[in-house]
Amino acid sequence: MSDYTVKDKVAVVGIAETTYYKRGGAPISEMQLTLQAIIGAAQDAGIDPRQIDGFASYSNDRNDPPRLAAALGCEDVSFSNMFWGGGGGGGSGAMANACAALVAGYSKYVVVYRGLAQGQFGRFGQGTQAKTVSGAPAYTAPYGLMSPAQSFAMRVQRFMHEHNGGHAAQKAISLTSYAHAQRNARAVMHGSPLSPEAYDGARWIVEPFRLFDCCMENDGAAAVILTTVERARDLRQKPAIVIAASQGSDYRQAAPAHNAPDYATSNFKTVAKRLWGMAGISPKDVDVCQSYENFTGGVMMSLVEHGFCGPDEVDDFMTTENFRFDGGKLPLNTSGGNLAECYMHGLELITEAVRQVRGTSTAQVKNVDISMVCSGPMVQPVSDLILRA
Amino acid sequence: MPGELSPKTPYAKPLPDPNPVTQPFWDAAKEHRLRLQRSRKTGQFIHYPRAVSPFGANDELAWEDVSGRGHVWSYTVARRATAPQFESDVPYVIAIVELEEGPHLTANIIDCDPDTVRVGLPVEAAFVDVTPEITLVQFRPRSAPAE
Repeated sequence: MSDYTVKDKVAVVGIAETTYYKRGGAPISEMQLTLQAIIGAAQDAGIDPRQIDGFASYSNDRNDPPRLAAALGCEDVSFSNMFWGGGGGGGSGAMANACAALVAGYSKYVVVYRGLAQGQFGRFGQGTQAKTVSGAPAYTAPYGLMSPAQSFAMRVQRFMHEHNGGHAAQKAISLTSYAHAQRNARAVMHGSPLSPEAYDGARWIVEPFRLFDCCMENDGAAAVILTTVERARDLRQKPAIVIAASQGSDYRQAAPAHNAPDYATSNFKTVAKRLWGMAGISPKDVDVCQSYENFTGGVMMSLVEHGFCGPDEVDDFMTTENFRFDGGKLPLNTSGGNLAECYMHGLELITEAVRQVRGTSTAQVKNVDISMVCSGPMVQPVSDLILRA
Repeated sequence: MPGELSPKTPYAKPLPDPNPVTQPFWDAAKEHRLRLQRSRKTGQFIHYPRAVSPFGANDELAWEDVSGRGHVWSYTVARRATAPQFESDVPYVIAIVELEEGPHLTANIIDCDPDTVRVGLPVEAAFVDVTPEITLVQFRPRSAPAE
């Protein structure tokens, strides 16, 4: 193994989140939510928030490190990092960047955070109100092709055409998230179970996505603190050790006007290869997986591209039985995720992956050694994370 | 579907703003022709328009008319509008059309029942004059089977 790796060198030592709200429901500002989550993560780790000296986030988080550090009273900030790219593709990427900073010795305690109060700012996926559009959107927006749901629908539709399946897989992914959320009191959809009939009967948003194939819109914040495995030994929590983190984007995936050469993809093909290479394990070793659901079809393609099943087997492999936390072959999205816990832009998937390693999930998988996160299918770039006990 | 030009109601949907690279595409559309860039070196057509050939520095791109024939390569039926200007259009079909010449274009499939659209549906270009300056390239089903 090359010395140039983050494998086994970094651990997650603190996690926290605010109360999760429906969009517009947060009683405090997005900045306050973010601070609350970071302070909570520091308390969870057993460090003083002022010891945090590195910050990493993604998706153009509005709560920038200089303001956060001033509010927290951090003595020094030695790493201030933003993972480029839209959507939730940067969740594990921000973790990867935090790991790099720790291994490089830039910082001692790095917080990965995401604050999001869509009720206080704009909604994701809202169509343009501009009268004219230039550049690449000139070939999409005039046709009413503006939202992520519409764009991703065409990637999934093409996958379904090429592989003659996928509707049952999408349904299983959605039902699984809602079932797991019923065990999780943090979940916005806790107490609102979803039946197969209600899934089938829900309105179309954009084919092949019905209402419950789509993530929610929420307000809240979450934070994760990482440090070196050496420092982790002296802290309060059982460390969740990073054995792989990867990020990237395949050849010309961001080509404008839907001209990516490989179109029916979640964009994980190259990233997954690097992930397994660094981790030194294979899909069969994974005990539990959190896979980012902007839309269920993206989860389906992610699981295929990470090698959990073949592209022609999705409806056979992706069942509620196989995704169950208690005895499923691949326990999936055990907190309820973006569909049913909170659209915390995928950072809630990372806190859940840590809980699975600690043994504190509300849908705890037995004897978890390997806990995995896939962040942001179908966007550019995407990223992955694997933790071990 | 994008509305026909009406002198009384200003066109409310987003309009393309041509730039020096894309202007020939929109000029041709106004004349109800579909014109794309073609590599002199490889003979391949490309879309979207580019200032520099993707096939190397020793190449030139020339604008040429194409057939306008193709088939639906992927599509979706928008059942909800993401902007208010499209609310009267739902459900509408958004598609990627693969032209016989190879390139993929995004457009609506018009003049059809959205529920009849499938991957592989043969289509042909349809030109919709939405303002005096701008014509959108759309596609409609054609009766002849796909090649």
